[in-house]
Amino acid sequence: MTPPMVSPPAPVLSPRRQMLRRALRHRGLIFSSIVLGLIVLIAVFAPLLAPYDPYKQSLIARMKPPVYLGGTWKYPLGTDALGRDMLSRLIYGARVSLMIGLVSAGLSAVIGTVMGISAGYFGGRVDRFVQYLINVRLAMPVILVALATVSLLGGSMFIIMIVMGLLLWDRFAVVLRSATMQVRAMEYIEAAEMLGARQSRILWKEILPNVSSHLIVIFTLEMAHAIILEAGLSFLGLGVQPPTPSWGLMISEGKEMLLFDSWLIMIPGIALFLLVFSINMFGDGIRDVTAPEGRN
Amino acid sequence: MAALVALTVSIISFALIYMAGDPAVALAGENATPDVVAQIRAQYGYDRPLPVQYLDWLAHALRGDFGTSPYFRLPVSELIADRLEVTMILGVLGISFALLVGVPMGVLAAMRPNSLIDRAALFIAVVGQAIPSFWFGLILIVLFAVNLGWLPASGADSWKGFVLPTIVLGYYATPAIMRLTRAGMIEVLGSDYIRTARAKGVKPRKILFKHALRNAVIPVVSLAAVQMGFMLGGSIVTESVFALHGAGYLAWQSISRNDLPTMQALILIFSLFYIFFTFLADVLNAWLDPRLRK
Amino acid sequence: MTGTILSIEGLTVDLPKGGDRSHAVENLSVTVGAGEIVCIVGESGSGKSITSFATMALLPRALNVSSGRIVFEGQDILKLSEADHARLRGNRMAMIFQEPMTALNPCYTVGDQIEEVFLSHTDMPKAERKARTLALLTEVRMPDPPRIYASYPHQLSGGQRQRIVIAMALALDPSLLIADEPTTALDVTTQAQILSMFRELRRTRGAGIMLVTHDFDVVAEVADKVVVMQRGVVVEQGTADEVLNRPKHPYTRQLIDAVPRRARDDARETASRPEVLRVEELTKTYRIPASFGRAAREVAALRPASFSLREGETLGIVGESGSGKSTLVRALLRLIDPTSGRVMIDGKDIAAAPKSSLRTLRRDIQIVFQDPYGSLNPRRTIGDQLVEGPVNFGVPRAQAMERARDLVRIVRLGEEVLQRYPNQFSGGQRQRLCIARALMVEPKILVADEAVSALDVSVQKEVLRLLAEIRDRMGLSMLFITHDLRVAAQICDDVIVMSKGEIVERGAIGRVFADPQHPYTRELLAAMPGQGWKVPDLSALPPAVA
Repeated sequence: MTPPMVSPPAPVLSPRRQMLRRALRHRGLIFSSIVLGLIVLIAVFAPLLAPYDPYKQSLIARMKPPVYLGGTWKYPLGTDALGRDMLSRLIYGARVSLMIGLVSAGLSAVIGTVMGISAGYFGGRVDRFVQYLINVRLAMPVILVALATVSLLGGSMFIIMIVMGLLLWDRFAVVLRSATMQVRAMEYIEAAEMLGARQSRILWKEILPNVSSHLIVIFTLEMAHAIILEAGLSFLGLGVQPPTPSWGLMISEGKEMLLFDSWLIMIPGIALFLLVFSINMFGDGIRDVTAPEGRN
Repeated sequence: MAALVALTVSIISFALIYMAGDPAVALAGENATPDVVAQIRAQYGYDRPLPVQYLDWLAHALRGDFGTSPYFRLPVSELIADRLEVTMILGVLGISFALLVGVPMGVLAAMRPNSLIDRAALFIAVVGQAIPSFWFGLILIVLFAVNLGWLPASGADSWKGFVLPTIVLGYYATPAIMRLTRAGMIEVLGSDYIRTARAKGVKPRKILFKHALRNAVIPVVSLAAVQMGFMLGGSIVTESVFALHGAGYLAWQSISRNDLPTMQALILIFSLFYIFFTFLADVLNAWLDPRLRK
Repeated sequence: MTGTILSIEGLTVDLPKGGDRSHAVENLSVTVGAGEIVCIVGESGSGKSITSFATMALLPRALNVSSGRIVFEGQDILKLSEADHARLRGNRMAMIFQEPMTALNPCYTVGDQIEEVFLSHTDMPKAERKARTLALLTEVRMPDPPRIYASYPHQLSGGQRQRIVIAMALALDPSLLIADEPTTALDVTTQAQILSMFRELRRTRGAGIMLVTHDFDVVAEVADKVVVMQRGVVVEQGTADEVLNRPKHPYTRQLIDAVPRRARDDARETASRPEVLRVEELTKTYRIPASFGRAAREVAALRPASFSLREGETLGIVGESGSGKSTLVRALLRLIDPTSGRVMIDGKDIAAAPKSSLRTLRRDIQIVFQDPYGSLNPRRTIGDQLVEGPVNFGVPRAQAMERARDLVRIVRLGEEVLQRYPNQFSGGQRQRLCIARALMVEPKILVADEAVSALDVSVQKEVLRLLAEIRDRMGLSMLFITHDLRVAAQICDDVIVMSKGEIVERGAIGRVFADPQHPYTRELLAAMPGQGWKVPDLSALPPAVA
């Protein structure tokens, strides 16, 4: 007598298909992807898109207002106090912001992930040491330390990216530590140990895939954080140095004219807002799509 | 742990000035002659071995002596004591603002997840998190000081001068507090013990305030302490936008003038404040949650 | 019987759209009389809990009652306002939940939480509230009521917490008590005490009790009336005697058939076979470092344990929570490091082996865990997870895949499951997959750590049968860890009984049941519910009527 076959599994979608399906239904994710995509394209093709050289000054074309304030289409977003075309500077500024965001967040992601996963996986002394490092890092005032180091080392883009990368890893470490601890306690980790998997393989095949959605979400948050921080440093005059077209620097330069010509700060400010807003929204969307149960 | 962290932070603040190489050169300025540099080196004791310098600095710092500011030509401790008040007032106002807005918004959102209120609150949070604070400060100045003339654009002569800085400092912490309150409340409201309270016939209002809120604010307390620490750091931006002469503004001045002793002292003091706030939060949480008591 | 307290008439509760069925509960009618215990029985997803929550007006927002009436003491619950519900709950009707560990607010003392019932429904002065609370604590047989009164929930055990919840429920002498799986999360000895408390309450207070459970032995222990539910529908109801001894509906019969029998007749001879595993004086001691006001101390989680396992034998390890059975298994597999002792397989000592050689030693001994939802990696396909083991030991992937195909067929799933992800399987199917995964490396010994505890009885029975079949077919030896003596009796040849970190008894399963030597074993056996009920011979009954 052969026992009956168990009824075949219900046709549920694979995790990847489910995610894709949720993503296509998620309005915020679609909107933010489009905006982000556009900004990336603008940054990549800046030389083709910008009507002028962003560094070229013009004494006769200073402080031209944008079209919506009665300016001409020659300078759609007007010119600044040195007669540089705002639109061109804005377009090149996207490069600065994206580059800083990606590199800084990338560096801190590597540092924070290694720390968080080792703390969560190995526990014990490793965990205590990582927690100590996290506490030290959190105790240091980021803006102050970043400003001080950048002012002592000089404000090149490279240095800013490195300094911020070395400062913004705390959230990666904190979140990945607790996420790893949760995954570590799952029985499939012990099953893998029993099946002779080496530690490196467990970390790579069992732990990492299950914490990666956290990683992506924190990456977007920290990218946004880095972009805002760079703008803040540049605004305070200790970040990217003129004449680089950084949006923060543009706001800082427009500050002098604040009382009369507020468009000079409105335009780069709105660009900055839009970029950070869509990055954050993208991160929220990714979280909704990858871990719908952790939506809150 | 806290003591170890404080010690480490002191080492880092001390070491910071060596990052660019010789601090004596940094202090003297780029065009200084070797004689001047040597004189400064001797004056500040930079010619001694590093551990000796550190221990000496720490010993003085513990007595509240951070040396003399080369730029202001005043004792650093006096300078900071003078300026700290404004920053502390601002910090307390800022965190109060964030809590008073963030917690009720989070509770309201959590009571009806996915409702209009919830979506609106989340949207405000995402928008708020994306506005750079220095830019927001400038916009507020244009709107309320320049166009409407209701509030001063700078200075701390009356309470009016604190309104805009408080908003600028507080709004940035609000989304995080709101989200955490919301998440905590949703989790707690779905918990078994809330169901038990309902099964006992406890009135909904009492369930919300007595049973749910107390459990939900425990993580918020920790977050608020962290945010309070961030706010001290953030005061550097706010104070320079509104030209408030607080510790943050002093930090900015000392950094742009290469005033190393002041820079060191401020980083150490801000860090110690952070450590103190988190300690305070731990004490408060132990009072709220008996499981955290030893 | 003195009259009806609760009468549910034609209750239908809708499920949110998009589920596998449209109603959580469909056209359900039940009555509960004073002094009567009505048991609602069913497997997970049968709608039994939904019924109890609907009666308390505690349904989650996503669920809507679409028709029917719930008449309690003459008024229809469904027509009352939220404020009216609050007035009734805790006062006239009260509820006890499944999970005592989370049922109490961690921030307040239990005294405070019991007093809240009086505070919500009466204007008793503080002193009287406290006196009544202390009296209640005595009534639910808590030791040292004044101390418990001032304790926080985290300072109490699960059983104690459940008594606190019961004390709350009894505070104002409700006429209806609803208990949703109140003993499922508890040890069998605690369960026995709580069930006897229910029986006593029925007698002394005359309340109507609606008890929701999945366990027919619990039903046999306390029920006056039984309601059997399947997928939201009542398939059979009647007196306890009718339903337990002369079930009519095929589903009821299926459930009763799946109830673990207490003794097995087919004793197998294993004593002469060779030994495959020998455990000698294995111990595990935890050192708790000194903290404020407390010196460092040592806690023995496992006292010297010795036993051996023979080829083809199934050895049960039975104990309640905290008995040390999990520690024993984990130390034996080196998932935690034992403090001392030897674990010999094939002449090699796993306990002393360096970490580097553990990989190869463990190949002979594999484990199936309790939680079907936590033991498969949600991000990898089943096939990928099955070949993991052999590939780690150097078997080519294609060859491993071939074996995976064979094994999924052996655990009676189709080959196509190899491409799927764990979220596409039910709990029982996942356990089958875990068994297949463990067998992939051709172990000599299979450890089943509460492997069927999380499953519904009917699924439990299938998985047990599968395990026995595989054991015999592959000549496996098995260590079967469980808290449930009844389950152990299904499959084990010998059992070890553990208590407080110690092995207190070992013997052939039949002998341990018939003639327990150690007082603890006797206590454990006495606490088993449903002993007065002799499971009927279903084949002797008239044909089933659906």
